[in-house]
Amino acid sequence: MLNIECPWCGERHETEFHYGGEAHIARPESPEALSDEEWADFLFMRKNSKGLFFERWCHSNGCRRWFNVARNTVTHEIVAVYKMGEKPPSLVKGGKS
Amino acid sequence: MSRRLQPDSTERINRQKPLRFTFNGKNYRGYEGDTLASALLANDVHLLGRSFKYHRPRGIVAAGAEEPNSMVQLARGAETEPNIRATQISLFEGLEAASVNVWPNVEYDISAVNGLFAKIFTAGFYNKTFMWPKSFWMKLYEPVIRRAAGWGKAPTTSDPDIYDHMHVHADVMIVGAGPSGLSAALQAGRAGARVILVDEQAELGGSLLGLKREIDGKASGDWIEAAAKELQGIPEVTVLTRSTAFGYYDQNYLCVLEQKTDHLPLAERKGRVRQRVWHVRAKNVILATGAHERPLVFADNDRPGVMLAGAVQTYVNRYGVLPGKRMVLFTNNDGAYEAALDMQAAGAQIAAIIDCREDASGPLVQTATDAGIKILQGHAITGVKGTKRAKAVEVRRIQKGAKVFTSAAQEIDCDLVAMSGGWSPVVHLFSQSQGKLEYIEEKACFVPGSPVQKQIFAGSINASFGLQACLKEGAKAGAEAAKDAGFEGEGSASFKVQEPAEGSIEPFWIVPGGRPIGEGPAKHFVDFQNDSTAADIELATREGFESVEHIKRYTLTGFGTDQGKTSNINALAILSGILDKPIPKVGTTTFRPPYTPVSYGALAGRNLKDWSDPIRLTSIHDWHVEAGAEFENVGQWKRPWYYPKAGEDMQASLNRECRAVRQSVGVLDASTLGKIDIRGKDAAEFLNRIYTNAWSKLGVGRVRYGLMCHEDGMVFDDGTTARLAEDRFLMTTTSGNAAIVLDWLEEYLQTEWPELEVYCTSVTEQWTTVSIAGPKSRELLKKIAPDMDLSNDAFPFMSFQEGDVAGLQARVFRISFTGELSYEINVPWTSGKALWEAVMEAGAEFDITPYGTESMHVLRAEKGFIIVGQETDGTTTPQDLGMDWIVSKKKPDFIGKRSYTREDTAREDRKQLVGLLTENPAEILPEGAQLVFDKEAAVPMPMVGHVTSSYYSATLGRSIALALVKGGHGKQGGTVYAPLKNRTLTAEIVDPVFYDKEGEKLNG
Repeated sequence: MLNIECPWCGERHETEFHYGGEAHIARPESPEALSDEEWADFLFMRKNSKGLFFERWCHSNGCRRWFNVARNTVTHEIVAVYKMGEKPPSLVKGGKS
Repeated sequence: MSRRLQPDSTERINRQKPLRFTFNGKNYRGYEGDTLASALLANDVHLLGRSFKYHRPRGIVAAGAEEPNSMVQLARGAETEPNIRATQISLFEGLEAASVNVWPNVEYDISAVNGLFAKIFTAGFYNKTFMWPKSFWMKLYEPVIRRAAGWGKAPTTSDPDIYDHMHVHADVMIVGAGPSGLSAALQAGRAGARVILVDEQAELGGSLLGLKREIDGKASGDWIEAAAKELQGIPEVTVLTRSTAFGYYDQNYLCVLEQKTDHLPLAERKGRVRQRVWHVRAKNVILATGAHERPLVFADNDRPGVMLAGAVQTYVNRYGVLPGKRMVLFTNNDGAYEAALDMQAAGAQIAAIIDCREDASGPLVQTATDAGIKILQGHAITGVKGTKRAKAVEVRRIQKGAKVFTSAAQEIDCDLVAMSGGWSPVVHLFSQSQGKLEYIEEKACFVPGSPVQKQIFAGSINASFGLQACLKEGAKAGAEAAKDAGFEGEGSASFKVQEPAEGSIEPFWIVPGGRPIGEGPAKHFVDFQNDSTAADIELATREGFESVEHIKRYTLTGFGTDQGKTSNINALAILSGILDKPIPKVGTTTFRPPYTPVSYGALAGRNLKDWSDPIRLTSIHDWHVEAGAEFENVGQWKRPWYYPKAGEDMQASLNRECRAVRQSVGVLDASTLGKIDIRGKDAAEFLNRIYTNAWSKLGVGRVRYGLMCHEDGMVFDDGTTARLAEDRFLMTTTSGNAAIVLDWLEEYLQTEWPELEVYCTSVTEQWTTVSIAGPKSRELLKKIAPDMDLSNDAFPFMSFQEGDVAGLQARVFRISFTGELSYEINVPWTSGKALWEAVMEAGAEFDITPYGTESMHVLRAEKGFIIVGQETDGTTTPQDLGMDWIVSKKKPDFIGKRSYTREDTAREDRKQLVGLLTENPAEILPEGAQLVFDKEAAVPMPMVGHVTSSYYSATLGRSIALALVKGGHGKQGGTVYAPLKNRTLTAEIVDPVFYDKEGEKLNG
């Protein structure tokens, strides 16, 4: 059970949040311009990283805001939390050294 | 025959409080402070149960949580609890316990013949023996095995007890209140940190309770009491006894099971919380979980009367019980000699100390020699005489490294065998926290490697088995943890301790037999609870299993409620010997939560029955209840399902309700539909992107139906949305999906299109919605809304008006889910019941009929209207539903659009929505029935779709159904078959709209 720091509300229990999958997958500007393969890539293909992973969470039972989390999928250490639209912080691969 | 010793200052029982209890129907006596195990031993009862596979007699081995054998069935009736360790049951007045896995009783157990067929009960015997014929498995093998194997009996009625949960934060969480944990708690508590100290035992002190020691000039018992008292006086320190930390999860999140009433007589438990699960989030965790003693692996080491040396010591010192009169100690280390010395001091005869080492010479060995005890070095026990109680041991000289013994045996009479194979630190919680273990050669055990969370290890868990070391490490850990949380205290503490020197240990993983492992008949038990032997491990490796995880599963070693507390290290050391690989290379299996079993009741806590999920009721709910409605759950809502009148069955009720709507007027509580207020200058543009159809041109005051898809093009919700103002819409969603749709809207607004100025608010519970439907609904509405112009021109289909209805400020939508002329009247939630009653009163002259969700479903199915989640299942596109008309061809983009042209979604032979009419109009297809084109096809028949909705339609006087059928849109007039269990139904594929195809009624 994780403790997650909501950028608006502070540290809260994981049960207040829901998971939103991999972060930084922007919806294509012009889907019609994409080939079936490219569109399928956007629809279905996600990373399954061992180590540092950028993902989205929504504080669904709190302020209901979406935000980004950088988490180590091995240790579950949350390395960084940042708002939607912000760039991922530059981090050493695998989390804090 | 009492085995209770004379009172002694070390004992922790209260001789002023004698207690009566029964075991297997016989009456016994014990004292407050006893466990069931110590009380039974005090009555000279060693035989407690039968083993899992071979039904061998088994007794008490240990004195705590590591006990593998002595599981009993506790109490009777609803309170009965199976498989509780006798060593963990605090004795109470009137306790009733019985052996498990015995029939007819523990003394004469019929399944013990299994022992004679031991050859077939080897590792993997389930998989090998009961392979063939296949049909015998379900009917014969499984029931027989289940009766014979298995342990106690589960209660057959629901759990009558109350359970609770507690959520707390701590600066320092300390697991284990032995000397290390106590010392840590004192140090951290004195520094001012918020401390939680938990221990599974009834009182603080841990293993120290079973030893005679002195700390700072005080008897160890007095030191423990002083520590407990001091901790009690520190306000920020919480001490939980009878509390087992059973799970250690991410970010220092631990779960603790506190047993609050299990030690009380049944009558005193009523109305009280039985157990409480504590959820602790700690800044720092100190693991002071101690160590478990390991058995030695020799032939017949499972006989009742063979116990761990430390346990023997605990029974003598802590409980004042002499577990035997004539003891043999079998050891590979110095420390266990103290058990012999304590037994001797308590009056027992020590027949011999069998030490497998050649050159044991530590101070304790010297003391034992001086005490006149016979010591046989370089010897081992190679057999035990006596089945229900050890009577004698067979001892032989053993050559170091030999695979078989060659020397002659000598027999030594005894009634108790104490054994010690050394100590295994209790690393379970550390492993659960994802930590990796390290092997320490000189102490022959695994200890925690590097910390993986904010955690510190203190005492025996580090293989620091001496009391002095435990106290010191504890104090240091306590100070460090407190400091890390911002509390500066004294950095260290010193203790003056009197204890014997720890001495040395020499690993001795398996005593050789007359033949190599796996060849002889002798049983060297490794895992008592699962009846796995050294031979099973050998056999598993011979059959090709080499990974320790595979061996575990094949031999069952380390399984069950025991989780290998006493067996894991022996098993993998034996494996290491067979594979000729060093122990650390063999690796350990995974320790999983819970550390000891936790009841379902405790895990559920208060989240039961009505409290398991919120129940949502509309403002009209009481009226429905009074009207005798049957309810159905829709999401968390209770919705009226149908309103049976006296003598009516469900179908009669539905027929009456449906006819009323088609012929006069019906009324439905539609309040549960999700309602989302959407406003902002970009609201129309937002809807354009979310829905498949266009919204920009929808006029204020008008309503439109919309479908929502995911990016993959699959339908996920639908509903009508009204334009309240240029920049404001009111969206409705399906009842069960309201929160999900709101989340979906927010996700896109926040993550994809933050540039849009749109705000979404859930207003579901601000509005009560009363839907009136039927040819008389306009007349009815006129009566209660006289100021509203209800003419078709002023108030056409798919529009709304605001105004006065029954004296209430209302918003009336002219929309229809039944296909009839219909109005949905919305008033503020608090006025809902007033509106409903006004409608009922005004409708009396039209014989207004309340109808429930089932009639609603029939009525909408007659019109071919879909229900999301019934006609759709996440793989259904708008086109599959024949709803191309609602998919904009002009909008450049919206969610789902791109996916409609993907190869798979564009296929002609996708499952498509059709209507079905059964050949026999009286037959109703079962919903979910699979459909085939060729009823003669060989099994497995190619399935071409399934029935999604199916009802009897009173209006049409026959059954109707909706279905998804492969290529269904091009197969109108064709035939499908529904092969059912005993018959096959035939149906014609038709248009899904069965009633009023032109829509004259709802436009009328």
